[in-house]
Amino acid sequence: MAVLTCRGLRKEFGGHVVLDGLDLTVAEHQVVALIGASGSGKSTLLRCVNLLEELDDGTIELDGEEISDPRVDPDRVRRRIGMVFQSYNLFPHLTVLQNVTLAPRRVHRRARADAEAQARDLLDRVGLGAKADAYPDRLSGGQQQRVAIVRALANQPRLMLLDEVTSALDPELVGEVLAMIRDLKADGMTMVLATHEMGFAREVADQVCFLDSGRVVEAGPPGQVLGEPTQPRTRQFLRRIIEAGRL
Amino acid sequence: MSLLAYTPSAAQRRRAAYRRRQTVRSVLVAAASTATLGTLLVLAVTGAPGWDRVRESFLDPAIARDALPAVLSGLWLNIRLLVLCAAGALLLGLLVALLRTLRGPVFFPVRALAAGYTYTFRGLPLIIVLYVLTLGVPGLRLQGMPPVLVLGGLALVLTYGGYLAEVFRAGIESIHPSQLAAARSLGLTYRQTMRHVVLPQAVRRVAPPLLNDVVALQKDVGLVSLAGPIDAVRAAQIATAQTFNYTPYILAGVLFVLLAIPLIAVTDWVTLRAARRQSGG
Repeated sequence: MAVLTCRGLRKEFGGHVVLDGLDLTVAEHQVVALIGASGSGKSTLLRCVNLLEELDDGTIELDGEEISDPRVDPDRVRRRIGMVFQSYNLFPHLTVLQNVTLAPRRVHRRARADAEAQARDLLDRVGLGAKADAYPDRLSGGQQQRVAIVRALANQPRLMLLDEVTSALDPELVGEVLAMIRDLKADGMTMVLATHEMGFAREVADQVCFLDSGRVVEAGPPGQVLGEPTQPRTRQFLRRIIEAGRL
Repeated sequence: MSLLAYTPSAAQRRRAAYRRRQTVRSVLVAAASTATLGTLLVLAVTGAPGWDRVRESFLDPAIARDALPAVLSGLWLNIRLLVLCAAGALLLGLLVALLRTLRGPVFFPVRALAAGYTYTFRGLPLIIVLYVLTLGVPGLRLQGMPPVLVLGGLALVLTYGGYLAEVFRAGIESIHPSQLAAARSLGLTYRQTMRHVVLPQAVRRVAPPLLNDVVALQKDVGLVSLAGPIDAVRAAQIATAQTFNYTPYILAGVLFVLLAIPLIAVTDWVTLRAARRQSGG
């Protein structure tokens, strides 16, 4: 069964149409990569799925439940979805451990010792155990982003939304974050990731969706969308990416 | 490479020696100019034609000694009022700021009330609020009317709460929306987001201006004496009226400055720390 089903999503910002009847289905354990130029609607789509933006039309289903229904409690929905942002958005006044345990303790009402043990275990697994008591400003960008991923995972989400998680990183730090996402895929995590890393999309995604003007213009296995695109707009986009030396 | 093996180059040694010489020179220049200016000031004041009379009527040690107990007991009232009113105004300010950030149609009256409060009490002179509360309200002759000191304190809390509310609100609104998005995406409710993510950061950011307002409050708490209670300045005024000598005022002023120094020092320290935190990255 599909974990996520989006039908006919529409979102406008002050008369500017960002999502224009977008459809997307994500099956369990599937990794879907969203590619497309800036402003094509990738981030807006992810924010709509997490109910951070109000839809102007269309429906979103999570595990068969329509979460775009206004009667649904958004806080309950967001607990089941993990989101990671381009700019990490760690809480600067909290240590790494407090960042990771905030939601388990306050949202899931888990005991402090219990939540900290789980957090330390997760941090150890990604090699950040030694940073548990550090504040975010003492960490490199790559480390901060890995903490942000751990923070989202601590909620044991059904679905992870990754919004250009490597775009703000120095090139030599991108690898450690991508390695973590690779491990998540190996663990069977269902993920939707907006990315500019075409090589990574090709490697990790089960499906690549090319977005343009708020619609999915072309979708399919990465080899097909990135290797033999059929739509002229996809070809044009990929040609520019190749010219920029990013593929 | 070990630290011990390192010896500075000749160029670095020359630079270091030059900087040492410059430092010594700056200290000497500062000392000399301070001494000169100080001497000139002392000479100008003590050499003035009316100096002897001014010294008699403003700086009489015997009168200062006599007035000290009364002024000190007045100052004790200032201190107690300051602590209670500062706590009250900070709480009220925080509450009003939070009410003003509530969203949604249900909260419209609350928002309007909070906004109306900050507009009114920031515009209204403290003295008028004091008179209305300490003279007008008891005039209603209601049962269980609190003593005039409590009413005066309430006037201070209401007035300063309006200023502090706006400082708190500026702090809350300075927190980047991405922090809210991150907190909400974890499933935290609006209240939890405020409590655990927004407020801790906002309060840290506005701690310097908040403390600055507390320093200002320290001087204004004495105004309750308009309604009867005797604070340090009022005690000095009474002593002055008895002796026809202004020394008690100078005494009260010195005590006020001494009282303010620790508070101002804390404010400076907090400001410096906040600046360091922001630039430290």
